[in-house]
Amino acid sequence: MARPAVRQLELVPAEPAGRKPARLEVARPPRAGVPVPAGAGAGGAAGGEAPERAAAAPAPRAPKRRATAEQMAQRQREISISEFFTKNRHLLGFDNPSKALLTTIKEAVDNSLDACEEAGILPEITVEVRDLGYESGLRRAKGQAEEPAPERARGAGGHHPPDARSDLSKGEGRFVVVVEDNGPGIVKAQVPKIFGKLLYGSKFHRLKQSRGQQGIGISAAAMYGQLTTGQPIRVVSRTGKARPAHLFEIQIDTRKNDPVVTRDDELREWHQEHGTRVELEIVANWQQGQKFVNRYVEHTALANPHATVHYLRPKQERLTFPRATDELPKEALEIRPHPHGVELGALMLMAAESRSHDLKGFLGSSFSRVSPAVADEILKAAAFKGRVRPRDLAEDRHLAESLHRAIQATKIMAPPTNCLSPIGDALMKKGLVSFLQVIESEGPQEDGDGQLDLDHATKRRATGASSRKAKVQPDEAGPERAGGSGGPYPPDLEEGVEKIKGHNYFIATVTRPPRVYRGNPFQVEVGLAYGGSWPADKPIELFRFANRVPLLFQRGACGVTEAVVKTDWRNYLLSQPRGSLPVGPMALLVHVASVWVPFTSESKEAVAHYPEIIREIQLAAQECGRKLATHIRKRQHADYQAQRRSIFELYIEEVARALGKITGKSPVPIQREFLRVAEAVTEAELEERSETAPPASGPRPRAEAPGARAPKDASEKVSRNPRRRDEDE
Amino acid sequence: MARMDAVSKRTAQKIEKLAEQVMRAVKGGKNPFVEIPVRSLANVRFDPKKRIVQLGGQRQKRYFFNVAMAKKFMQTFLVSDACKELVESGKTTSIRDLYYITKHTIGETRQNTFEEQDESDPIIEDLEVALDALREELHLFASRKGSMVGPVTIRDSGDTIDLRRMGSGGWAVPSIVEENVIEFVRHEARYVLLIEKDAVWTRFNEDKFWKRERCIILQGGGQPPRGVRRLVQRLHQELKLPVYVLVDNDPWGFYIYSVMKQGSINLAYESMRMAVPDARFVGLSSFDKDKYQLPGNVAIKMDDGDVSRAKQMLAYPWFKEARWQREIQEMIRSGVKFELEALSRRGISFVTEEYLPRKLKEKDWLE
Repeated sequence: MARPAVRQLELVPAEPAGRKPARLEVARPPRAGVPVPAGAGAGGAAGGEAPERAAAAPAPRAPKRRATAEQMAQRQREISISEFFTKNRHLLGFDNPSKALLTTIKEAVDNSLDACEEAGILPEITVEVRDLGYESGLRRAKGQAEEPAPERARGAGGHHPPDARSDLSKGEGRFVVVVEDNGPGIVKAQVPKIFGKLLYGSKFHRLKQSRGQQGIGISAAAMYGQLTTGQPIRVVSRTGKARPAHLFEIQIDTRKNDPVVTRDDELREWHQEHGTRVELEIVANWQQGQKFVNRYVEHTALANPHATVHYLRPKQERLTFPRATDELPKEALEIRPHPHGVELGALMLMAAESRSHDLKGFLGSSFSRVSPAVADEILKAAAFKGRVRPRDLAEDRHLAESLHRAIQATKIMAPPTNCLSPIGDALMKKGLVSFLQVIESEGPQEDGDGQLDLDHATKRRATGASSRKAKVQPDEAGPERAGGSGGPYPPDLEEGVEKIKGHNYFIATVTRPPRVYRGNPFQVEVGLAYGGSWPADKPIELFRFANRVPLLFQRGACGVTEAVVKTDWRNYLLSQPRGSLPVGPMALLVHVASVWVPFTSESKEAVAHYPEIIREIQLAAQECGRKLATHIRKRQHADYQAQRRSIFELYIEEVARALGKITGKSPVPIQREFLRVAEAVTEAELEERSETAPPASGPRPRAEAPGARAPKDASEKVSRNPRRRDEDE
Repeated sequence: MARMDAVSKRTAQKIEKLAEQVMRAVKGGKNPFVEIPVRSLANVRFDPKKRIVQLGGQRQKRYFFNVAMAKKFMQTFLVSDACKELVESGKTTSIRDLYYITKHTIGETRQNTFEEQDESDPIIEDLEVALDALREELHLFASRKGSMVGPVTIRDSGDTIDLRRMGSGGWAVPSIVEENVIEFVRHEARYVLLIEKDAVWTRFNEDKFWKRERCIILQGGGQPPRGVRRLVQRLHQELKLPVYVLVDNDPWGFYIYSVMKQGSINLAYESMRMAVPDARFVGLSSFDKDKYQLPGNVAIKMDDGDVSRAKQMLAYPWFKEARWQREIQEMIRSGVKFELEALSRRGISFVTEEYLPRKLKEKDWLE
C-alpha cells in the first residue's frame, strides 16, 4: 500500500490533491465505519488490498527507458503517516499560520471536551493564547539591557520588527497555545503516544458520536509546533487527587511516527485535582487568526452549554462563557455497524475477523438490527449453495458480493439511535441565550473584519454608541420595546422571546428525530435567534456544527450551507436573494450529530452533501422557519396595531370637532368617548376589517382609492416589509 | 323661497341625524360607521323599462376604526360640517371651494385632511347618496361649463333673459338649474341639440343654425356637467322637445351620448333627474365616413385605450341593440375615429348646412 503513495509523492508532487482521497480512504474507512484492527490504516490492510495494488501500478510507457525496475526499487520505501502529513499538513488544517492557530486550539479543545464527557465531568476549559513576541518586548522594556540578545533571538525570531516593544506581533510570530481542562487526565504511560504519534486514539474503532475521530489532531498540532518552532509539546496531566501530576515534553520522530519524550517530570504541586494541560509553541498569525479563534470559542460555548470556557488572549481581558446548564449531555452509546452501511471490502474484513462459525451468527453478532429472522431473510436472498462459513466469505469475493447484494436488498430496521447525543431543544436555547449574553455585553477591544460576533459587538459599541443609548433609554423608562424596529410589544414577552441586555431575541429550536444515511445514524438540530441587535440588512449568520464542533471554514462547500440556501426562507418572511443565504437579523445554528459525520476532508471543515442529511436539515430549518414566521407576523401585527392606533388618534380630534359643530355640542366629551372606544375596538375591528375590506376597496375603486391610499399604504408597508426589501435587491 | 327653506331644513336635519347616529355608536362602545350606497359598476343596474342607469341596493359601511377607512370617515364629517354650515347660512359654493374650506393640517403632523380635490369630490358624492340629498340641496355646485342659445326666454334668479340675444358666447349654463333658479318663460323651439364641443357649437351659433332651424343649441365642453344635463332633461320633459346629440365618432363621444341618454355610473343615483332616455344620436356615426365621403386622411387612428374602451362598451346593456353593436363594431373594425371638425374638410359650414339638415331629414339617427 505504501508503494503507490511513494510514487505519487516523488513523481507527481505537483498534484497530490487528486490522489489524496485514495490514500486517506485507507487511513480512515469512513463509509462503512468498520472497526479495523489497530495499525491497519498505516499499512496492515495488505490482505484485502493486494489485487487492487496490482491493478493500480501500470508502468508508464515512456519512449526511452530511464530507469530499470531494480533501480526504482531502491528508491521505494515505506513512508510514515507523520511524514505524509508533514508534507500535507493542509489536509489537517495547518494551511497557513492563521489557520494553524485555530486548528491547534480546536484539536486540543475537542479532545478535552470528549474526555470530560466520556468521564462524566462537567468541563471547565481554559484556552489561552500568548504572544511571545509581545511578551519578550514587555520583558525587554522592563529589564532594559538584561540579556536582550538571546531573548530576542528566541522569542521574537525574525518575524516582527524589533521596535515593536509592547505591540502584538504583526503578521506571523511565535505564540504559545495553552489548553487546560478538568478532565479525567491521562495515565502516564499513554501520554507520549497520544501526543506524539499520529493515528493513535480511542475513538476510531467504535461507532459512537464524538468530536474526534481518528487520533490525528493533537499529535499533528504537536508536529506542526515542532516543525515551525522546534519546541516540543508540553503536557501536564493528573488523573486524581491522590496521584501526582506529570509534566512531559514530547517530540515526534516523524520518520517513524513515534514519540520521543524529552522531559518527564513529576510535579509536586498542580492546581487541578485532575485534568490535562497542553502547551504548544507554534508559529501563528494572531492578527489574522484571532477572528477564527474568537468564533471557534464562541461557538464551542454555544454548542456545549454544559461547558465553561475561559478565553485568555494577548493584551485583552479574560473572557468567560459560563456554562448554561449543569447537566451533562446524554451519553452517546457505542453501536455496531448497520448492515446497509457496510461496503464489500469492509464486509469481507469483518467476515475474516468474525469468531462465528456460521453466517447467521456472523450477521447477528457483527451488525446492529440483525435479528435471527432478518439474518435468515438475508441468507435466503443470498441463496448460497451448501454451507458457507464467514471464513469462506473473506476469501471468496463472489460469495461476499452475493451476500452484500442480499443485505442491500433486505429491509432492515434503522440503526439504534442511542449512539447519538444531540444538544436538545432546551439546551440549545440555553446555549443561545448565554451566548447572546456574552456577545451583547463583552465586546473585546479589537479590530475584526466584521464577520464575527465578538467583533460585531465592538464595532457596534464604537460606532453606534449614541444609537445604542437611544435604544436603551426607552427600555428603562417605558414598556418593552423591540431592539430592531422599535415597535412596542405587549408588556408580557411573547413566547420564545428572550430579552438579553435590552434586546429582544426570538429563539426557536428544532431537534429532528434520528435518521440514517448509508447505515449511519445521524440527527439534525436547528436553532435560530432572530432580532436583537443583529443587522437586518445583512445575510444571516450561519453557525455550522458537527458533533458539537463548530465548522468555520469552507462554508460554501458545506452541505449544511447548501441545505439552508435551498430552503425557501421567503415563506418565513425573510428576504432571500436567489441562491444565497437569507437576509435578516438572524443567526441560524445547524448541528449535525452522527456516529460518523461525513466530512469532505480530514480537516473537518465541511459536511459532505448527502441527500439524506441535506433533506433533514431542510426539514428542521423549515420547522424553525414556521415558528419564526409566526413570531414575525405577531411582531408585524403589534407594529401595525400601534400604527393604526396612532392613525385613529390623529383623526379622532378632527372627527370630534366636526361632530361637535354639527350637533352643537362640546367636542371634548366626544373625543374622550372616541378614545375610549379606540382601545376596545382595535382588536375586534381587525376581524371586521377582513370582512368589509373587500367591498370597500374592491367594487368601488374610484371612490375609495384616493382617501384610503395613505393609511392603506402604511399598513401594506408593514405587512410586506420583508418582501419589499427583497424586491429592492 | 319658503320651499327652499324647508328643503334646507330637511338637509340640515339629515346631516345632524348622521352625526348623532355616530355619536350614539361611540357612546355604546361600538365602532361607528356611515352607511353609503355603493357607487360602482357592480352596484349599477340598467333599468330596461325606464331606460336609465340606476343604483342598486348594495350599501357599504364606512367604519371609523378601520385603518383603510378612518381617514375617509373623518373627511365625510368634515364635509358634512361644512355643508351644514352652507345650508344654514343660505350660501352656495363650488366643490373646489369646499375643498379649500375643509382642507387643513391635522394636529402637529404634516398630514392634511385633504391632499387634493380628487379626495374631497368623491366624499361629496358619498355624502349625497348617504343623505339621499342632491348636491344642490347641499348648496354645492360643480365647476361651471356649458353654454346655450336658442329661441327661448328664461328667468334666471329673477332676471329675464332672451336666449336669442346672447351674442357669440351664448348663455352660460349654471350648475344649479332647478325650477327655483331657472324658469322657462316662453319658447318657439322645435328641438334641442346638444353638441359635444365648444368649437363646433360656436360654428352652429355663428351660422345662426338655431334661428334657421328653430332649435336650442347647447354644449357641455366634453362630458356635460350636471347643470347642462339637468337643463336638457327639463327642456325635454317640460317643453316636450326632442333631444339630439352630436358628438365625435369615438368611444368617448358615444359615452357622452349614453350619459345624456341614461345617466352615468358614477351619478347613477341622479339618473332620474338627468337622463333623457329618448335622446337621439345624430352623429358622428361610424358609417358617416362613407356616407359623407370623408377622406381617409382626416381619420385618427384609435389607440389601445380607445379599442378596449369600445370593447367595454359593447358589453353595456344599453348598447345591446343591434344597431349600436354594429356602430361600435364598425369603429373597432375600421380602427379609426373622427372628430366633428373632420366634417369641415367638406367646407367650413358643411356641418350646419348639409350634414345635420340631411341627417334630420333622413331621420338618420340612433336611439
